Amino acid sequence: MITIDVLVTQLSGLQRQDLERWIANEWVRPDCRAGDYLFGEIDVARVRLIRELRDELQVNEEALPVVLSLLDQLYDLRRRLRELSDALGRTASDEVRQNLARHLAKTTPLPDRFQS
Amino acid sequence: MNGVEDPYKALGVTRDASQEDIRRAYRTLAKQHHPDLNPGDAKAEERFKTVSAANELLSDPEKRGRFDRGEIDAAGQERAPKPSYRDYAEGDSGRRYGRSGPQPGGWSAEDIDDLFGSMFNAAQATGDTTGRRGRNEHYTLTTDFLDAVNGATRRLTLPDGRTLDVKIPPGTADGQVLRLRGQGGKGANGGTDGDALIEIRVNPHRHFVRDGSDIRLTLPITLAEAVLGGPIEVPTPGGPVRMRIPPHADSGTELRLRGRGVPAHGGQAAGDLYATLRVVIGTPDAALEEFVKAWKPEHPAEPRRAMEVGQ
Repeated sequence: MITIDVLVTQLSGLQRQDLERWIANEWVRPDCRAGDYLFGEIDVARVRLIRELRDELQVNEEALPVVLSLLDQLYDLRRRLRELSDALGRTASDEVRQNLARHLAKTTPLPDRFQS
Repeated sequence: MNGVEDPYKALGVTRDASQEDIRRAYRTLAKQHHPDLNPGDAKAEERFKTVSAANELLSDPEKRGRFDRGEIDAAGQERAPKPSYRDYAEGDSGRRYGRSGPQPGGWSAEDIDDLFGSMFNAAQATGDTTGRRGRNEHYTLTTDFLDAVNGATRRLTLPDGRTLDVKIPPGTADGQVLRLRGQGGKGANGGTDGDALIEIRVNPHRHFVRDGSDIRLTLPITLAEAVLGGPIEVPTPGGPVRMRIPPHADSGTELRLRGRGVPAHGGQAAGDLYATLRVVIGTPDAALEEFVKAWKPEHPAEPRRAMEVGQ
């Protein structure tokens, strides 16, 4: 966990006022202890992500909440898939797993236009 | 750090050491561990390599700067890219930015529903295997005004290729939903099939307007029909009906045809048809012009008297 001062020093070119606005918008949600923000690794990675989206991919701040919300949903879903796969790994018998793998391999092929 | 020792430690200097400090430290250590001065001493040779590498990095102010900023590692290699957001977001720590908030925890019933629909409902309840009813399916059917008023049978082709003959009962209103039992999704484990729910959309008619069970209509008549009255034919949803216009009718006069509105349906009596007359003069001929010029009305009409100027 690092403070906002350390983070601003570490990420060269990061404007403190930008970061504070992102926190106010709840795009970044660091912990708050004794009136100071504390950034975990994921928060730091998220700040880097927002900066890359804005500076390199030219996503302006109007569009950023949409992009972040879609990403959050995507990662939510991928986390759930991982949890599901963990749960299957713990509870499903070999037979069920083999059946499942067979079924997934057999799903309808995509029409040509969806194939690369 | 790729197994390479921190160059500052290797040289035994602090991170804010001057270039001169670094050169001096290197010379001291190089003399001490130089392989030629320590023949057969593998350890010394290793040490010397480390010290040389550290010196090569730190004696070059540009490389030293890049190392200090973390752009290259102690071996002078570009650092592996920092872990991306994805590396955290998919893990448990990603919950901080997830929909359900940062608290760890299992799936709620909604979460399970969200991904699997009703697949686990039975398993969650009692694990029983009794039949499950098929889903109700929703469709929309657009129909002509007269078909909805008088009733009709229309064929609906479903997305799965099945066709359904939909009987639209007389008096069907816009937005009304018809239920066809057993025409929805198939039931499972012997459960009953779901229903097809068909919402009827009624296109507007050029002349008729529906008002509950009644039908309204604007009926154009000639000047002669208005003044003298007489028999005319009135269109109704059930077909044209003959009626008599009373003499001295005018634009706006409303005539009622009892029982000629929406037919009786679902326990409701048939509605009425209200025809609002509209006098159409057409193109006046010479005779009409002559007559109107010479005409001295016994009771001059003042149709705009009630209107105030400016309104």
